[in-house]
Amino acid sequence: MDTYPESPARLDVDNISVGYNGTSVLQNITFQIPHGARVAVVGPNGAGKSTLFKTLVGLLPLREGKIFIHGLSLGHHMDCVAYVPQREEVDWRFPVTVQDVVMMGRFGHQNWLQRPGRADREVVEKSLRQMGMEERTDRSISDLSGGQQQRVFLARALAQEPHIFLMDEPFTGVDATTQEATLALLDHLRRQHVTVLISTHDLNLAASRFDSVLLLNRRVIAFAEPKLVFTPENLSRAFGSQMLKLPDGMVLVDECCPPEDEHAHDEAHK
Amino acid sequence: MNWLLQPLEYAFMVHGLLASIIVGILCAVMGTYVVLRGMAFLGDAMAHAILPGVAIAFLLHGNLLVGAIIAAVIIALSIGFFSKGGVVKEDTAIGILFAAALSLGVALISSIQTYAVDLSHILFGNVLGVSVSDLWLTVGLGLIVLVTVVLLYKQFLVISFDPILAATLRLPAELLRNLMLVLLALTVVVSLQTVGVGLAAAMLVTPAATAYLLTRRLAPMMLVSAAIGAVSSLVGLYLSYYLNIVSGSAIVLTATGIFLLVFLFHPNRGVLWKRK
Repeated sequence: MDTYPESPARLDVDNISVGYNGTSVLQNITFQIPHGARVAVVGPNGAGKSTLFKTLVGLLPLREGKIFIHGLSLGHHMDCVAYVPQREEVDWRFPVTVQDVVMMGRFGHQNWLQRPGRADREVVEKSLRQMGMEERTDRSISDLSGGQQQRVFLARALAQEPHIFLMDEPFTGVDATTQEATLALLDHLRRQHVTVLISTHDLNLAASRFDSVLLLNRRVIAFAEPKLVFTPENLSRAFGSQMLKLPDGMVLVDECCPPEDEHAHDEAHK
Repeated sequence: MNWLLQPLEYAFMVHGLLASIIVGILCAVMGTYVVLRGMAFLGDAMAHAILPGVAIAFLLHGNLLVGAIIAAVIIALSIGFFSKGGVVKEDTAIGILFAAALSLGVALISSIQTYAVDLSHILFGNVLGVSVSDLWLTVGLGLIVLVTVVLLYKQFLVISFDPILAATLRLPAELLRNLMLVLLALTVVVSLQTVGVGLAAAMLVTPAATAYLLTRRLAPMMLVSAAIGAVSSLVGLYLSYYLNIVSGSAIVLTATGIFLLVFLFHPNRGVLWKRK
């Protein structure tokens, strides 16, 4: 990672704590992610992965600490961060087409009353082509498969032309085509020097495809290269605490399930 | 053709017809957001909640519409205030305010000597009593609502479809939501004249729900909804003239009839459109 300029770091999280109505989810999180790095965020259900992402886009207030992007505090960069939420968080019956959704990614680049122009349409088209969805621009989003819906949202985030790209569980429950397209997107983003953070339950993927891994369980357990993070000691510290929290017996290291726990928190916040 | 033109010989029918069509369009356009954002209960509550404003205006011999506007805006902003930050759930806040305002309205109206006639006008509309000044007010409010909806199309689309993106784009979601509530309030006030407080929610929901079955994008949904609203008002008013029934009911029943036709003959949503 020495090839990236270290100062200012693209994303500098300084001792943040976040919580919902009384309960604390993230505590004293500190890390720096340099320009163009690709980071996997890993941890048990309820570790605060989605919460971390929502905090990074300014959806949740900070209890303490600061977030800096390019050395400036969060909010100075209107659309510098793109966030692809988990599929369950979107109303798929809303009457919008694939193109409508991706065009929303351009709104941050437009004035309040400005209509989309040719440049915007070109970016939308390019983003859809990158995700292999260019044949379906006029389709209603309700007609798409889960994987296609995911790709539409990835295309929208791409159309935002972000400096930091956050994906929440993009590999959970999608088809092989979408998985391929998502991995290809990672390479594309690497060429564009976009910083990428992905939360995943797939520890093998995290170990093989990422520069570094942020092992999270309410606190940062470890943040380094994959081979330094994935030690028995770190894993038991991250996933073992989950086991202690549940009263009804033992829990394996979960690698597959959507984090229901975090959803329950999110519902409460809406 | 004579039966079409004959009612228009009366000035009050022309006024009523114009007001009905404007209301039909306005309700249908705002109704699109009501249906998509699940605000049907809010629309209904808002309609009932303007009763005290109307009653106070009546007692003070002021313009009923102006009283209704003031009451509606106060209610809209109060709902936003009480449900802000999730202290009280939005539908709970609506329920409390709606019941309180309706009670206050009924209490005030019951103190009016001749309330029987006036109450029925407020509850079911009095489209044939639309004066020229009412008509101008309707046109003015209608333009304000429609122009705002067109100008802020993008913003309303994003806060309705994807609040997370709205926050990412730093849209002032709270402000936009309150603005939407105020626009909804103005729409309900205008519809008071033609369909009354009892049936305003139907005009918000039914044409938009019908349009939802026929279209796959927001802008066409608004246009189709507006067309259905306008046609329902037109047909409903003629029905009320010839069958001698309350105009508000006739308008709402026409809209319901269109909904049923569409629902029955397009059970698979948007069959007609997918085939192109």
